[in-house]
Amino acid sequence: MKQVIMGNHALSYGAMLSRVQVIAAYPITPQTQVVELLSEICADKRLDAEFVKVESEHSALAASMGASAVGARVFTATSSQGLALMHEIIHWTVGARLPIVLGNINRAMGPPWSIWTEQNDSLSERDTGCIQFYAQNNQEVLDTVIQAFKVSERVFLPSMVILDAFVLSHTSELVDVPEQKLVDEYLPPFAPKYKLDVNEPHTFGGLTGPDGYYELRYKINEAMEEAKEVIKETGKEFGEKFGREYGLVEAYRMDDAETVLVTSATIASTARVAIDELRKEGKKVGLLRVRVFRPFPSEEIRELLSGRKKVALIDRNISFGHGGIFAQEIKSALYNYKDTPPIWGYIIGLGGRDVTVNDIKGIINDTIESDKPEKDIIWKGVRL
Amino acid sequence: MSDKKIIYKTAKDIPLNAMSIESMLYNKTGAWRNIRPVLDYENCINCMICWKFCPDMAIYIKDDKPVINYDYCKGCGICAEECPKKCISLIEEAR
Amino acid sequence: MKLTIPQEELVTSGHLACQGCGGALCMRYALKALGKNTIVDIPACCWSVIDGPFPHSSLRIPLFHTAFETAASVASGIRAGLDALGKKDINVLAWAGDGGTFDIGIQALSGAVERNDDIIYICYDNEAYMNTGIQRSSATPYGAWTTTTPVKHFKKMAKKDMVKIMAAHRIPYTATSSVAYPEDFIKKVEKAKKIKGTKFIHILSPCPPGWKSQPEDTIKLARLAVSTCIFPIYEVENGEKYTINKVIKNPRPVKEYLGRQGRFRHLKEKDIEQIQENVIESYRELLKKANIEEEIHIKEG
Repeated sequence: MKQVIMGNHALSYGAMLSRVQVIAAYPITPQTQVVELLSEICADKRLDAEFVKVESEHSALAASMGASAVGARVFTATSSQGLALMHEIIHWTVGARLPIVLGNINRAMGPPWSIWTEQNDSLSERDTGCIQFYAQNNQEVLDTVIQAFKVSERVFLPSMVILDAFVLSHTSELVDVPEQKLVDEYLPPFAPKYKLDVNEPHTFGGLTGPDGYYELRYKINEAMEEAKEVIKETGKEFGEKFGREYGLVEAYRMDDAETVLVTSATIASTARVAIDELRKEGKKVGLLRVRVFRPFPSEEIRELLSGRKKVALIDRNISFGHGGIFAQEIKSALYNYKDTPPIWGYIIGLGGRDVTVNDIKGIINDTIESDKPEKDIIWKGVRL
Repeated sequence: MSDKKIIYKTAKDIPLNAMSIESMLYNKTGAWRNIRPVLDYENCINCMICWKFCPDMAIYIKDDKPVINYDYCKGCGICAEECPKKCISLIEEAR
Repeated sequence: MKLTIPQEELVTSGHLACQGCGGALCMRYALKALGKNTIVDIPACCWSVIDGPFPHSSLRIPLFHTAFETAASVASGIRAGLDALGKKDINVLAWAGDGGTFDIGIQALSGAVERNDDIIYICYDNEAYMNTGIQRSSATPYGAWTTTTPVKHFKKMAKKDMVKIMAAHRIPYTATSSVAYPEDFIKKVEKAKKIKGTKFIHILSPCPPGWKSQPEDTIKLARLAVSTCIFPIYEVENGEKYTINKVIKNPRPVKEYLGRQGRFRHLKEKDIEQIQENVIESYRELLKKANIEEEIHIKEG
């Protein structure tokens, strides 16, 4: 059924349709509406779930772990400072192989206090082993929560469904809310083989020396590799059931593109308009949207970028002292391979500064007009 | 529960996460002992205080009598200290 | 032969506790009281290691090892998960040391108690961060040596009163116990099992390496702590009703307790006198809370 809903509520509805059983979350701007709606939904029994009103984000993810470990389907949500506070427990959740789905609203880290969008918070969790989906519109937010549960519960790794603060979280868009019946057919109940069970007692997470830990780490990476296939599979299945297919990346007007813009999240949404306008001018440009950041879709990136003339990459984040994080990841995916185009790494929009169609057109035109990238970081829009 | 020690050979054999599948009985902590408690059954009144206070469950009850399991007794001496009849002596462990 | 505590063992031999470890006994007794139908989560503490290395475990109930400060929050989550799955009759036990309870874990504990989540939280208190090598915690008593309160700068702050903090939350049930009185401890855990809401039990657990005491003295010290009034045994219901389980009219002098532990060896006469005074004063206050009118006279000799 089509409804006009804000990004935060798309997360809540995604969790509701996925029949989550436990929600443990702590409010933080701009995530508050996620938990407020979930509170309401639990209170009026539209969703039969336990809502734990924890006293911090650290406790939110810890409580989520406890619930997931006994075999309940768990959802939580947070943003920037809260995600940073959860950091230790994100590592723990991955090591414990618990399939929790976490909605994260990309918000800039303080100080100074900022509530506007930037990707550093989620990208700081890059190495934990948590799967990361970056959504470009509210429809995708809702759809991805449902898919994330299916993926996580197959590979036993937690997932993050990520959306931009305010640009998506507080923006209302038309969303086709799937029918519960269809979602139930797509996403079966959570039934883990090993859990905290008094009838089959086990200890989880005991002291492990170097003679065992290494293999356990290998298995986590193996699960991440498996996740690539599982994400594609479940995305295809989603398409068959609900009419909207999803993959690791999204290619727009890429067939004969010579200059490719690579980006993620809402900037990709805006970029589509820029691509169309530049195409009208006769420029051979295309857009590659990275939807899944972990596991990193290296194969797709290599296939789609090899043979192109130039690549312009837009990051709404920065790893201080090196450059945009997506840019680094893409460069490293292409490094040992032939036929790889030069990459211009642009940074724009940090702290929520607006990124317009003209900004993006400017970036693509700059790329077309220059011979090679002069610097590792090309700052756009900074008042120097 | 057995006293087998589990050693995993490859990543394929190891479970999904660090999950226990066997008890600690393989670990014969009796090897930690420097002194050994010896029970004098003549004067023992079967009060089971020694069984009650053993941190290692190394005293078990058999035929209503306390029996020390030297496989696991660490020689802490609590049983000797707490015995109301002082019928547990601590002697140097023979090596 | 009549046993005063349940016979079944839910902890097996072969665990890695030191000789004479109070903490090992605390767990043994707690599980006798709670039975097989229990799930426990253990944060970083001695028991993280005592349990044994992967893939072995000395516990015969399900155990989730968790991060240091999360004992209470994971337990709250376990309870929420069990409720969601309709498994409402399983005991949820949060088992932490003094570090994970008094210091780094106090926020999560306060949160769980404020929400009145249906868990039993047991703190086995060996009065320092023993697992990491005897560093001071806020449960370390006045006068004690630890590696971070060396002899020249021994601990000058008094022990944090955790039960008072729990009572201030109006927790349904909180109590202290000592590993020298397993019948008392087991009775309290069984009582807690039957109450809905958060229950906090604080049990004193001597540690030979940390207290620099003899392994065979563990029970004796746990008994002396009570008979000197240093660690009174009592219960508080709903934050108001105090019941002193053992009223000590003639406490033994504190130097009998302090003298058996190397961690107090550096104390001078005046320090011991100060401790003696503080202990009796605190005990008198506690008796007042329980509406007990008793004269306290220290036993001589």
